[in-house]
Amino acid sequence: MKLDHLNGGQQLAVKYYTVAISLFVAQIIFGLLSGMQYLYPELLFGMLDFNVTRTVHINAMVVWLLYGFIGSVYWLLEEESETEIVGLKLGQLAFWVLTSAVAVVVLVFLLVQSGPGDDFTRWFVNEGREYIEAPRWADIGIVICMLVFFYNVAATFSKGKWSGISGVLTLDLVALAGIYLAGMFYTPNISVDQYWWWWVIHLWVEATWEVLVGCLMAWGLMKVLKVDRKIVTTWLYIEVALMFGSGILGLGHHYFWIGTPEYWLTIGGFFSALEPIPLVAMVVHAVYDAGARHMKGNNNPALAWLIAHAFGNFFGAGVWGFMHTLPQINLYTHGTQWSASHGHLAFFGAYATIVIAMIYIAVPYMRGQKGLGSNLPDGGWKWKWSLGLLNMGVVGMTVALLISGYEQSFIERAVGGSTWYGYFSAQTHPWFIQGMEWRMIFGLITSVGIVLLVWDLLTIGKGRVAQEREQTQAVA
Amino acid sequence: MNNATPWWSSEVFWKKTAIWVTGSMFVVLIILTLDSIPKITAGSERVPAYSVINKHIDYKFNDERNIQVPLIGGEDPLFGKMLSEEEAEALVSYGKKITQGRNCMGCHTLLGNGSYFAPDLTKAWLDPGWSSEEEREEMMIAFLMDPVENARSFGSGRMMPNLHLSRGEAMAVVAFLKWMSSIDTNGFPYNFTVIDKEG
Repeated sequence: MKLDHLNGGQQLAVKYYTVAISLFVAQIIFGLLSGMQYLYPELLFGMLDFNVTRTVHINAMVVWLLYGFIGSVYWLLEEESETEIVGLKLGQLAFWVLTSAVAVVVLVFLLVQSGPGDDFTRWFVNEGREYIEAPRWADIGIVICMLVFFYNVAATFSKGKWSGISGVLTLDLVALAGIYLAGMFYTPNISVDQYWWWWVIHLWVEATWEVLVGCLMAWGLMKVLKVDRKIVTTWLYIEVALMFGSGILGLGHHYFWIGTPEYWLTIGGFFSALEPIPLVAMVVHAVYDAGARHMKGNNNPALAWLIAHAFGNFFGAGVWGFMHTLPQINLYTHGTQWSASHGHLAFFGAYATIVIAMIYIAVPYMRGQKGLGSNLPDGGWKWKWSLGLLNMGVVGMTVALLISGYEQSFIERAVGGSTWYGYFSAQTHPWFIQGMEWRMIFGLITSVGIVLLVWDLLTIGKGRVAQEREQTQAVA
Repeated sequence: MNNATPWWSSEVFWKKTAIWVTGSMFVVLIILTLDSIPKITAGSERVPAYSVINKHIDYKFNDERNIQVPLIGGEDPLFGKMLSEEEAEALVSYGKKITQGRNCMGCHTLLGNGSYFAPDLTKAWLDPGWSSEEEREEMMIAFLMDPVENARSFGSGRMMPNLHLSRGEAMAVVAFLKWMSSIDTNGFPYNFTVIDKEG
């Protein structure tokens, strides 16, 4: 595809988006395998065990979302700063370095899988800590590439023009990169290990990532609905205040049971219970703006995914998180399928949706058009069906996992006393297995959705160009 | 009519609020971290020294706190060998590195964190599934060295793959698990039945 008409940042963004969507597909393939292994434990046993498929499933997710975020920021960078990107070549180099590193890490996960209990394993094979399994050399590579990205963002805005959105975005990237360092050391003490590990995981997904998508949402609403900059900026500041006001100490809800003092039960319970509030603000903001403009934007798929983001973030991160965030209930639900249920809806609702929206914002420009309205030649059935199937699939998986989670927390935790026997009593109970079967069915529905999404992203608007050209020629 | 934006909805007010709220919350988090880290350092009241693997570990209900808490008893050296603090730390650390290198968290949870495909390992040392305290050590070693042959899937069909642990590696993993079971986890997991305490 010719992309010469795009600005430098946008050309870079297309590269990131391409890898993002490829990894999204990989995430779903390995998710399907992991889900199948619950139902057929002998599937790929001894070859691609659950710990491998699941590790690739969650790491592909983290990385594709990061690629989506970086791509989105590069996409808006030149427009928002009103100047050319300062380090395009450096940015391209960082893209290839990062992508090669990701490819090597995935191959090592799949082919080498594990290693002995020495430093070499942690540096070059697998760190063995959920979500940040990537070996240490890759951590360092990721930090360097993130620094290049940060330099491009900060220096381009400094050269051009700052705005509320770019200010929040840049400071947020400092926090996002800095926090990653908290996960880059070894300690034999599992309590200290998990204390800092949560700084990375929680302060990413429940604080800095949320603010980052707040920036993308603000920019997206201006782009798609022509909302006033003043309004989105004020809302962004409100969201930052509420998000960091609740989310930073909300970290405490991970410090209930890892050996940390009892005061975290109160602090973590209280502040994390407030975490849904900024997400309500986001829904109000997005729905109000969309309603005030009678849902008339210049890009229907992007608008639909922005609305899906607002609700998905609120329900997935907010409601599903709140349901088990108080220590009184978390004592029974911690480390059960409740967490899996929450994880599925939160990551999809809060993050996957907004990245997809940003990609849809980019697509018409990539094809030399101004927008994607309601006049698509095929009625836009592909984006509508993929939107419906992906959302239905993930919501279905979430509910199915929640039912298994309820069963597990009662039978294993409350009744079975959390012994191994209690664990397996819950896992073999028909209610648990039925939940897993339904999860698989909805997982397959999600997969059909992703196939349609990829097909649509590759083709949407293409026919229209031809049609418009023919019409122009006919008139001439 | 006054069209001026009221202070509570002005951009500047919320910008300042965002900065102050973020800054102060971060400062509070730092202060709490400075308080928490010494309390979870190995050798503290909540997280015992690694040499606790020389002692008997139990998990008893505490009436005052209304939860189960670890109870460190008299001498009960792991594999019958008393270790110095340094030796114990080296063994536990080796065990933890093995659990990371074999990606145990890809199936299990530790302190409730990880994946949900296999049982939680927080109190694995105290689990009644190891028959009795007398047989426990050897059963754990045998299981870790050949989890397929000695499968403990309780009719689920789910098996741990053979991770090719040597006897020495398996012993280190057991040491790590024994030490982890001594951590005061505020009563998690709830209602746990301890080995040799059934019936």
